[in-house]
Amino acid sequence: MKRIYTLEDVCIGCHLCEVACITEHSASKDPIKAFLHEPLRSISRCTVEEWDGGVVSLSTTCRHCDEPACLQACISGAIQKNDNGVVRIDTEQCVGCWSCVMACPYGAVQRNLVKKKANKCDLCPDRETPACVDACPNRALVYKEGSQK
Amino acid sequence: MNYVIIGNSVAAVGAIRGIRNIDQKGNITVISREKHAAYGRPLISYLLGGLVTEKRMGYLPDDFYEKHRVNLLLGSEAVGVDSGKKVVRLSSGDSIPFDKLLIATGGDPFVPPIEGIAGKEKVFTFTTWDDAAKLKGIAYDIERVVVIGGGLIGLKAAEGLHLLGKKITIVELADRILSAAFDRPAGRVVAKKMKANGIDVITEDTVVRVEGEGAAITGVTLKSGDFIPCDTVIVAIGVRPAASFLKGSKVVVNRGIVVDDRMETTVKGIFAAGDVVEARDFFSGEKNPMPIWPDAYIQGDIAGARMAGGKKTYSGGLAMNSIELFKVPTISMGITNPVKPEEYEILTYQDLENYHYRKIILQGNLLAGAVLVGAVDRAGIFAGLIREKIDVTTFKDQLLATDFGFIHLTREIRDALFAPNGKAA
Ligand SMILES: Cc1cc2nc3c(=O)[nH]c(=O)nc-3n(C[C@H](O)[C@H](O)[C@H](O)COP(=O)(O)OP(=O)(O)OC[C@H]3O[C@@H](n4cnc5c(N)ncnc54)[C@H](O)[C@@H]3O)c2cc1C
Ligand code: SF4
Ligand code: SF4
Repeated sequence: MKRIYTLEDVCIGCHLCEVACITEHSASKDPIKAFLHEPLRSISRCTVEEWDGGVVSLSTTCRHCDEPACLQACISGAIQKNDNGVVRIDTEQCVGCWSCVMACPYGAVQRNLVKKKANKCDLCPDRETPACVDACPNRALVYKEGSQK
Repeated sequence: MNYVIIGNSVAAVGAIRGIRNIDQKGNITVISREKHAAYGRPLISYLLGGLVTEKRMGYLPDDFYEKHRVNLLLGSEAVGVDSGKKVVRLSSGDSIPFDKLLIATGGDPFVPPIEGIAGKEKVFTFTTWDDAAKLKGIAYDIERVVVIGGGLIGLKAAEGLHLLGKKITIVELADRILSAAFDRPAGRVVAKKMKANGIDVITEDTVVRVEGEGAAITGVTLKSGDFIPCDTVIVAIGVRPAASFLKGSKVVVNRGIVVDDRMETTVKGIFAAGDVVEARDFFSGEKNPMPIWPDAYIQGDIAGARMAGGKKTYSGGLAMNSIELFKVPTISMGITNPVKPEEYEILTYQDLENYHYRKIILQGNLLAGAVLVGAVDRAGIFAGLIREKIDVTTFKDQLLATDFGFIHLTREIRDALFAPNGKAA
């Protein structure tokens, strides 16, 4: 399956992937509206980590694991892996117990505290290429066929 | 090939998927004494408290059993296993033949013979959908509840009843609630929050007598002599492996059904997984029960793979719990309370006023456990460090930071995790 890979050497820590992710998962899909006018604003499913004042940075995201620890831990069945290998959370079914946050070794599940639901990368079902990958000005995110490990 | 699975909860589901990954042809029969298809057992407190509807209790996509070609026998109880003739006997009198058997029957709640408890009407345990439905059905007739046991199930029952506006007292024998998962400070933080919400927590005491004439309860008397008025008692002191039907078979049961790293019992061809087993502990290597949802799934998956001839092996049970009580999220994992603290290095940060606490337990260069109260984001990274036995020496100082992440690990680890094919862009 296609996965998102991160090339930290060319990550400049601009956080545009996070902005693109929030926008893509907003109601309006418009960055200004999403940030200013949506009280239940979505949260980013990728996380840019920085250290040493930004000298080192990388954007981390879900690996769509072959054997997802999040799915094994999910007490409600909200997390399922579809036939294409994509691991998604059904937020209607999610009860916000954070078992997936506890289990995911990639730290790839976020807590949406406003909605009390877990969020994670869904590889943007409405797009060809995930929004974060398209948004990265330095091509530090690559979307291609590949294995988890 | 006839695969038979007794029990139809998370361990069984892990096994069904595990079998079907390898064998699409064999027959799978699942026997469950409950009348529901697999449901989120931990959701029963949400159901009781009105946080989820019955519709949301189902654990699986609607087409799961059909898609995995499972012959599901609901409402039927296994009463015996003949390992020589390879049949499971049902209470209906039927016999189900098997080539490979999985026992995934979980635990049965244990009710001790407390004086005065026999014959009382409003005494409940809290481990099934039906238990929750029963309590919900008579909720109008409940005012004050004593919950015996301050473990996970007791607290969950208390939370559900509290959401219905009931007055609750929890009585716990240990010096803190959730003693299995929490250390003292974490237990105190949560107890403080519960008290602030009107739930009484009594520790280091126990119920010695249930009071009241006939079937009605008027209260309970504690060992300390105190009397607590109540009309309902929930018994949540623990579960025992639901394995009594194995009596007379050659399957060895200690504190659980004894299994090896393939989840095979002492009888070849008979496997067991989930709350009903005692399997190898990740740290000590000794066998003990690990009654948590994720572990039941993992064990079921391994059992299923092995039953179908696959090669998966158990890497050992790792305790982990994510428990949110009154908006204070907590995640604990691994060794949280070392019996011999001198063999560990313990790092802590606490701000009890703000319900914030963090504890990291190290053994040599390895992470052995973590307790996170308040800030729990990305806790799974710790689980990964424990499981993969990563040397934490170079980033030890960062482990207490709430923004701890991969950036603090080595470049090799980051690349292996997020860019496994290097620059193959
Ligand atoms: C209220 C509550 C809250 C919980 N919360 C959490 C949580 O937040 N996180 C967590 O990790 N864990 C939690 N747990 C524990 C978790 O539910 C268990 O670890 C998990 O359900 C174990 O799964 P299992 O498949 O081993 O067995 P179980 O879920 O116990 O299912 C076993 C099934 O087998 C059936 N059965 C038993 N004997 C027979 C027989 N002879 N014939 C036919 N069928 C039989 C039983 O009726 C049952 O349906 C909670 C438990 C409870 C009760
Ligand atoms: S959320 Fe974590 S465990 Fe789940 S599929 Fe993604 S990386 Fe794997
Ligand atoms: S928070 Fe939601 S998705 Fe995560 S384990 Fe709990 S129910 Fe499942």
